[in-house]
Amino acid sequence: MNKVINISTKNNIKEFDALIVGGGGSGMRTSLELAKSGLNTAVISKVFPTRSHTVSAQGGITCAIQSADPNDDWRWHMYDTVKGSDYIGDQDAIEYMCSEGPKAVYELEHMGLPFSRFENGRIYQRPFGGQSKDFGKGGQAARTCAAADRTGHALLHTLYQNNVKEGTNFLNEWFAVDLVKNSKKEITGVIAFSIETGEVCYLKAQATVLATGGAGRIYASTTNALINTGDGLGMTLRAGFPAQDMEMWQFHPTGIYGAGSLVTEGCRGEGGYLINADGERFMERYAPNAKDLAGRDVVARSMVMEILEGRGCGPEKDHVFLKLDHLGADVLNSKLPGICELSKTFAHVDPIKEPIPVVPTCHYMMGGTPTNIHGQAFSRNDGNDFMVSGLFSVGEAACVSVHGANRLGGNSLLDLVVFGRAAGKHINDELKSGGGVDNASNEDIELAMSRLNTLNESESGYEVADVKKQLQTCMQNYFGVFRRGEFMEKGVKELEEIREKSENLFLKDKSIAFNTNRVEALELQNLLEVAEATAISAMMRDESRGAHARDDFPERDDKNWLCHSLYDPVEKKLGKRDVNFVPKEVEAFPPKMRSY
Amino acid sequence: MELSVSLYRYNPEQDKFPYMKNYKVKKPEKDIMVLDLLNMLKEDDATISYRRSCREGVCGSDGMNINGKNGLACITPLSEVLKGNKLELRPLPGLPVIRDLIVDMTQFYEQYEKIKPFLQSDSEPPEQERLQSPQDRDKLDGLYECILCACCSTSCPSFWWNPDKFVGPAALLQAYRFLADTRDTKKQERLEELGDPFSVYRCHGIMNCVSVCPKGLNPNKAIGEIKSMLLTGAKEDKIKVVGLE
Repeated sequence: MNKVINISTKNNIKEFDALIVGGGGSGMRTSLELAKSGLNTAVISKVFPTRSHTVSAQGGITCAIQSADPNDDWRWHMYDTVKGSDYIGDQDAIEYMCSEGPKAVYELEHMGLPFSRFENGRIYQRPFGGQSKDFGKGGQAARTCAAADRTGHALLHTLYQNNVKEGTNFLNEWFAVDLVKNSKKEITGVIAFSIETGEVCYLKAQATVLATGGAGRIYASTTNALINTGDGLGMTLRAGFPAQDMEMWQFHPTGIYGAGSLVTEGCRGEGGYLINADGERFMERYAPNAKDLAGRDVVARSMVMEILEGRGCGPEKDHVFLKLDHLGADVLNSKLPGICELSKTFAHVDPIKEPIPVVPTCHYMMGGTPTNIHGQAFSRNDGNDFMVSGLFSVGEAACVSVHGANRLGGNSLLDLVVFGRAAGKHINDELKSGGGVDNASNEDIELAMSRLNTLNESESGYEVADVKKQLQTCMQNYFGVFRRGEFMEKGVKELEEIREKSENLFLKDKSIAFNTNRVEALELQNLLEVAEATAISAMMRDESRGAHARDDFPERDDKNWLCHSLYDPVEKKLGKRDVNFVPKEVEAFPPKMRSY
Repeated sequence: MELSVSLYRYNPEQDKFPYMKNYKVKKPEKDIMVLDLLNMLKEDDATISYRRSCREGVCGSDGMNINGKNGLACITPLSEVLKGNKLELRPLPGLPVIRDLIVDMTQFYEQYEKIKPFLQSDSEPPEQERLQSPQDRDKLDGLYECILCACCSTSCPSFWWNPDKFVGPAALLQAYRFLADTRDTKKQERLEELGDPFSVYRCHGIMNCVSVCPKGLNPNKAIGEIKSMLLTGAKEDKIKVVGLE
């Protein structure tokens, strides 16, 4: 592999107007917008785009398209999202997502997404958790647009197909190593290599968009794909840029016990419910109104309480059951066919006859690189936000923030398409009106190549698989559904040791062609950055809010913590950032006690 | 009890030829997936290379030849495939091997792109969604679920023989997915592009595609539908089909 790239020669430099790192839903929605506008756009993806994790999204995309209910209102969706976020979602961003959402969903349908349909031919919508009519006063809403229980698959393939149509450049099975930052602290692209050929290139761009998804693999048990290793956040944190709300990790109530595979909330939307070892529908006690369709954080905690109090199922009493058989074979086969398949494969039960064993499982990263609604990333200097020129982020990698402390089901797919589209439009306007970044120097490029070169030159050190296991065990033990200060302190100490190891990995096999061990080593270093940001943020936020539940601080503390946390990777300290309470068209929703 | 795993190995920088390497592993107590077993092997021998992503059968990364039959490693339990205590893992047949179990899928993707796998409509989209009845939407079931894992096309002798000219079962399934979509208005153009002797007609109904599809889809049926649409079109003088002039 080439160790040096010199900008005076043109070798190993590929230049684009816009470079999107990540070929999942948000990246391909961004690239589609840019390719249509005629900019020279490339998507770099470490897997063929349709292998991205968006493909695993099941239940749907939540949006007030007024199909199931002609009187539905995006403002009700906004209210639900603000409440779901436990009031630290930015209300300007949530307003934008909910009001622009219908356009973005109709566009997907026009592109060919095979949505399920109602008898009148309109898009099928199902109930999901945390949804209400009339600002919480009108009962359960049905707002999640679905293609059976394979909405993510349908969405991702549709976006890929339309990128093919528009002629987007794809650098498939290329791995981005680090951001290239010039002396003005602008981002001018990334260093990346072809996993197949080992060619290392400087991919230069006027706009670099990180669409690298989540990092659920910091936990031992997760619904996330093996590729969800937070590569974009790893890059921004190493470049010294902050990460927001990193303590906020969603544990999905229904991961298949033992396997971790996701079982969509749509199951409960269609009428399924959770039972404990006594066969009791326990959510009636924890959330008397919404029951099984309360916020995910609420349901996950209730399940853990049942297990801790000895009412768990199975010989170890360490999970609960999701009951679906009462829905009947017709509903299950037509509305939840993928779940029937997954459940037979991974839990060895046929949901038509038996309940599925489930347990709360790490699912989604609410935090990420802080951005505005145009996807522009920002950083902090002396307590003031400033835009990082050339750097953008969208999707799960970004924290715009529409999910705050807890994301509602179906809002992630909406987030992807709304903000992917918005970032694409903004970059197009910016670049066409003369915006852009300065050049980087050879030294800047050398710095961005150093991580890869160090790994390639390693002669001794730690094994990737061992260190990864330690990291995942540490996060699972100390930063799970319930957290406590003393345990988290222990976890943060362990992570210091793990960092030492992850900076001294040994790449024994130095071969070039499709060396997956090299990729896994680089991914592990990204996981470590994300884990550390998570751990320190979680330890410092001494309250309970949304997905962040502390034994030692069980109450929400609006006086001190009605704010975003902003993790500074250089000082390893946590700062605070104001939440936006100034939507444009509607009045802000003030914080209230959150109950379902 | 011990499992004997025979693994196809090839590293272009070191090996002149590919070879089969034997690994002995303790048989796991639980019935695990082939992918779990590969992950176990990789922990001891990090040089083993294969693709994987979702590990639940929806991303299509880990198609491979498992004891002689194509399948997805992540949803194939050992109990279903073990012969005695033997397991043989090879890359998908018929495509160039990059390394170990990783094949170069360029040809496969090119065939996919050839069928224009995107909705085409002459009408301007309405302000809201295009309407489609549930019955019309049902026609897409069994088609749109394809995950592009290539298990079918690489098990097809016709595709082995003419991977550049025969579109192959995976891409033909998608061709039919758009032909069957009531929202698409380019049926005639789509059919015309498939009317040559190779694109569709190299399918001889061998049905390997059906027997290996990990998602339970039926490309052979879709190909039959395309053939009958072509014939109907030719009969009505709407579509030119080579050999039927």
